[in-house]
Amino acid sequence: MEALAVQALAGLASASSLFLVASGLTVIFGVSRIVNFAHGSLYMLGAYLAWTFVSHGPLAELGGFWGFWGGVLLAALCVGALGAALEMTVLRRIYHAPELFQLLATFALVLIVQDVALLLWGADDKFGPRAPLLRGAVEILGLRFPRYELFLIAVGPVVLGLLWLLFHRTRFGILLRAATQDREMVSALGVDQRLLFTAVFFLGAALAGLGGALQLPREAVTLHMDMAIIVEAFVVVVIGGLGSLPGAFLAALLIGELHAFGILVFPRITLVLVFLVMAVVLVLRPHGLLGAPPGAPPASEQAPPLPRPLPRGLRLATLGALAALLLAAPFLGDYPLILLADFAVFILFAASLHLIMGPGGMASFGHAAYFGAGAYAAGLLLRHLAAPMEMGLLLAPFAAGLVGLLFGWFCVRLSGVYAAMLTLAFAQIAWSVAFQWVEVTGGDNGLLGIWPSDWARGKLAFFYLSAALCGLGVWLLRRAIHAPFGLALRAQRDSALRAEAIGIDAFRIRWLAFAYAAAFAGLAGALFAFGKGSVFPTYLAIPRSVDALLMVLLGGVQTVSGPILGAIAYAGLQEQLARVTELWRLLLGLVILALVLFFPRGLAGALAQWGEKRA
Amino acid sequence: MLAVEGLHAHYGRAHILHGVSLTVAAGEVLCLLGRNGAGKSTTMKAIMGLVPPSAGTVRLEGGRLEGGRLEGRDLAGQPPHAIARAGLGYVPEERRIFTGLTVLENLEVGRRPARPGLAPWTPERLFALFPSLGGMRHRPAGRMSGGEQQMLTIARTLMGNPRLLLLDEPSEGLAPVVVERMAEAILALKAEGLSILLSEQNLAFAGAVGDRACILETGTPRQTLPMPALMRDAALRARYLSV
Amino acid sequence: MSTPLLEAEGLIKAWGGVRAVDGVSFALAPGEMLALIGPNGAGKSTCFNMLNGQIRPDAGRVRLGGRDITGLPPRAVWRLGVGRTFQVTATFGSMSVRENVRAALLSHHRRLLGLWRPAARLHTAEAEALLDRVGMLAQADRPCAVLAYGDLKRLELAMALAHSPRLLLMDEPTAGMAPAERGALMQQTAAIAREAGIAVLFTEHDMDVVFGHADRVLVLERGRLIAAGAPEEVRADPRVRQVYLGGGRF
Repeated sequence: MEALAVQALAGLASASSLFLVASGLTVIFGVSRIVNFAHGSLYMLGAYLAWTFVSHGPLAELGGFWGFWGGVLLAALCVGALGAALEMTVLRRIYHAPELFQLLATFALVLIVQDVALLLWGADDKFGPRAPLLRGAVEILGLRFPRYELFLIAVGPVVLGLLWLLFHRTRFGILLRAATQDREMVSALGVDQRLLFTAVFFLGAALAGLGGALQLPREAVTLHMDMAIIVEAFVVVVIGGLGSLPGAFLAALLIGELHAFGILVFPRITLVLVFLVMAVVLVLRPHGLLGAPPGAPPASEQAPPLPRPLPRGLRLATLGALAALLLAAPFLGDYPLILLADFAVFILFAASLHLIMGPGGMASFGHAAYFGAGAYAAGLLLRHLAAPMEMGLLLAPFAAGLVGLLFGWFCVRLSGVYAAMLTLAFAQIAWSVAFQWVEVTGGDNGLLGIWPSDWARGKLAFFYLSAALCGLGVWLLRRAIHAPFGLALRAQRDSALRAEAIGIDAFRIRWLAFAYAAAFAGLAGALFAFGKGSVFPTYLAIPRSVDALLMVLLGGVQTVSGPILGAIAYAGLQEQLARVTELWRLLLGLVILALVLFFPRGLAGALAQWGEKRA
Repeated sequence: MLAVEGLHAHYGRAHILHGVSLTVAAGEVLCLLGRNGAGKSTTMKAIMGLVPPSAGTVRLEGGRLEGGRLEGRDLAGQPPHAIARAGLGYVPEERRIFTGLTVLENLEVGRRPARPGLAPWTPERLFALFPSLGGMRHRPAGRMSGGEQQMLTIARTLMGNPRLLLLDEPSEGLAPVVVERMAEAILALKAEGLSILLSEQNLAFAGAVGDRACILETGTPRQTLPMPALMRDAALRARYLSV
Repeated sequence: MSTPLLEAEGLIKAWGGVRAVDGVSFALAPGEMLALIGPNGAGKSTCFNMLNGQIRPDAGRVRLGGRDITGLPPRAVWRLGVGRTFQVTATFGSMSVRENVRAALLSHHRRLLGLWRPAARLHTAEAEALLDRVGMLAQADRPCAVLAYGDLKRLELAMALAHSPRLLLMDEPTAGMAPAERGALMQQTAAIAREAGIAVLFTEHDMDVVFGHADRVLVLERGRLIAAGAPEEVRADPRVRQVYLGGGRF
């Protein structure tokens, strides 16, 4: 009994911190429509800054009450100021960019902050002091509760109340709500949008910073705080309904308690519990608990341009380079061949995601699930049924396609960020199955010894095999885009209303496209497994999904050749940067940021534009 | 009051406005007439800075840009909020009310400080002008009828105490009885001394409220003449306003 | 009247407790042009959207050629021969004019799941014939995103015709067009409808369009039909004058 009560209280305390971060995220999204991936980084910076202020410098010398609480508040304000600065320097330039492009920019910020934090604070964990006035525990009904936890529990509702007052009782809040619906109209009524947006970023970032700073007495400050909290904060915001503060609060309570009790009740599936709950909520309520269906897109958002083939010269050059590569392969060493086979796999992986994102107009944050499904299908077939590579490569696309049919049936009903989060949830579920079902998948140890058949074991033969299969896959995907199916896919993306009115079953088209793409991702995954000789749960983890996303976005969503260029650029860049410098994240982040700011149509878009200008 | 000179504007590569010039005198209602696609809405948006003009000037008498710059300074190329603050009030064709906000909150978004020499608009004065709004102060604007929403957009813009009102097709999509009430409201505003630039497809409506007409064709002003003269000149109407 | 093509019977739809449509019944004969008019908020759009399945009625039936189609999704209603245009045009912005019509034709021929043959080689002549019928052939290659508003309406019409409908539902077909263009579009629509024996049900605010082209007029007010009949009867109806037409100045 006692243990349960303490557990429940701990859950409420985490819920408060979660709510602080999620409220900032949802406020920023509400007004600017930017899904701020870097919000977790702001949270982490809040914790690091608070640690610095509390243990070094003038405030630390002051000590006592102000030494701690002054440090916490100062950290929150500094993070707020940083948020405002980021808005003014980076995000302001990309408000008119597509949603996913904005995500790419904020992801670049995540990478940059990671390395900056490492440079400033080092790799070792930091421990903060206890909070003055709130040390020790109080006794309620014979049970001892830590004072600090009780304080945190109160912070959530208080912040919710203050935010409600801000939004409903102040002019600033009313303007924010109006801007959430129609920014341009607000500016036509004499309100300086830029100030409003900067203020919103300040507010949202300060909330994240406060959330991080308040963690100081509870847990160690580490470099992993950012990714851990951002995924949960997204889950909270999505479960609550985008833009809804009370929804975020409810969802934070739900997730906080789920964490506290999940470990007692379902120790085997703790890792997925949160995502299972999100999946259930989204299937039952496609706009979250308290979210409203999104209105029509703003007038400024225009349909993507007609996809155009690359200029002729460029196309010939690409084909020429490809032919030269295939001819030169026998003269290359093992390492370049391994690298080239990987590139082929990534190209197919990115091209399959592109079918969903470009013509399909859907976002997937969990495309690695199908990559992994293919890899595991091949691996398990070999391990448990001794099926040869040929069988694995043949069946992997079907296995991944089936997983795609299953997950897609849920995911393609939703749109935008909700759909993206549901795909992420399913990918996490798949990941934790691979991770926790040790008897079958080997868990964290993975499946080893997944080698190709003898004839394909040489690096050269395997490169040719990869090139052939990936080339075939990309070609089939491109055919589909230009075939009636691709036309129908674009039709439902451009106008769901009109598509239905001419007899197109948008759900079925999206569903089939999702499964079709999943099948090719599965083929890529199986090839990757044989190339590496092993399958690990990381094949289906979030970073791999993000890789695919970045490749597609870098290449350009609205160009057919985009994913190919994007895959080569991203994989190549990552590989090269990791070889030359420790700070590859920082550099990669800066490069992505530069691309987003200067090539808003992606690499292929920029090339096509350049080609047009010359033509 | 308002003087627009040689305004050009583009949507992407399409050149929409080809040198629009017009003037609106104090207390006058000038009607922008023309076929669909003639550039009426774009003229409004370009004046307001919502479509950045590629060339031309927009001057507003008594309009003062922030930072104490000189009166009569060119507004073209300024951001929309600066133009609104200088004294232009824009009422969009699509209404664009804030559906999640109540009537009073919508008015609050539009509120700007009073201008010297003008009686400031308050919610109470506006409810006298649009009586149907007064009965629904706390109603979310999303739950109002089209006619009421159209009244609210005008009221919201008036809260900014504009010197000149840009009204983009206020009668569009309204029932004939509501159009009648709209005409009465516009005449009442004119009686208050407000200058109005009105774009309109409904010639009868324009004839009832307008003093002068400026006829646009393919983004170019063809003729400006007193309203009664246009109403008498069937040949002119047929030339520019019909097929 | 022969067997009605479309019958609505006791349609009811409430939004948040308020009945937007409150027991509307009417019938439409084959080849007839019927206008549905009324003040804003009278329930015209709601009524319209129940006819093609976009909104499910709380009560009441919709029958097409005697067959109950209540609750069918829009795409199924389309298959049964009901074409539709929207108040705010809905077309495929990333496609050319021809591709828009081609998409409708591919759906008509049930070939949308094709993964192999390039769409660009399918039904080109048929698409061009449809575009020719609405006077849009010259613009076949233009991206639909740059079309003038009236041309978008014409394109919608061509797409609606791709399935050889028996009935066209047109929600404010001339909204946002200049008066003269309005007349032209409606004349064109009427001619096509007469030629192919298509019935047309449309909502409209432009009284010239309504009284110039409708065979019969229905007047909706606060969710109920308050008048129905020949244009002249409806125009003279004192109740209609009071709630909708006003003094007749505009």
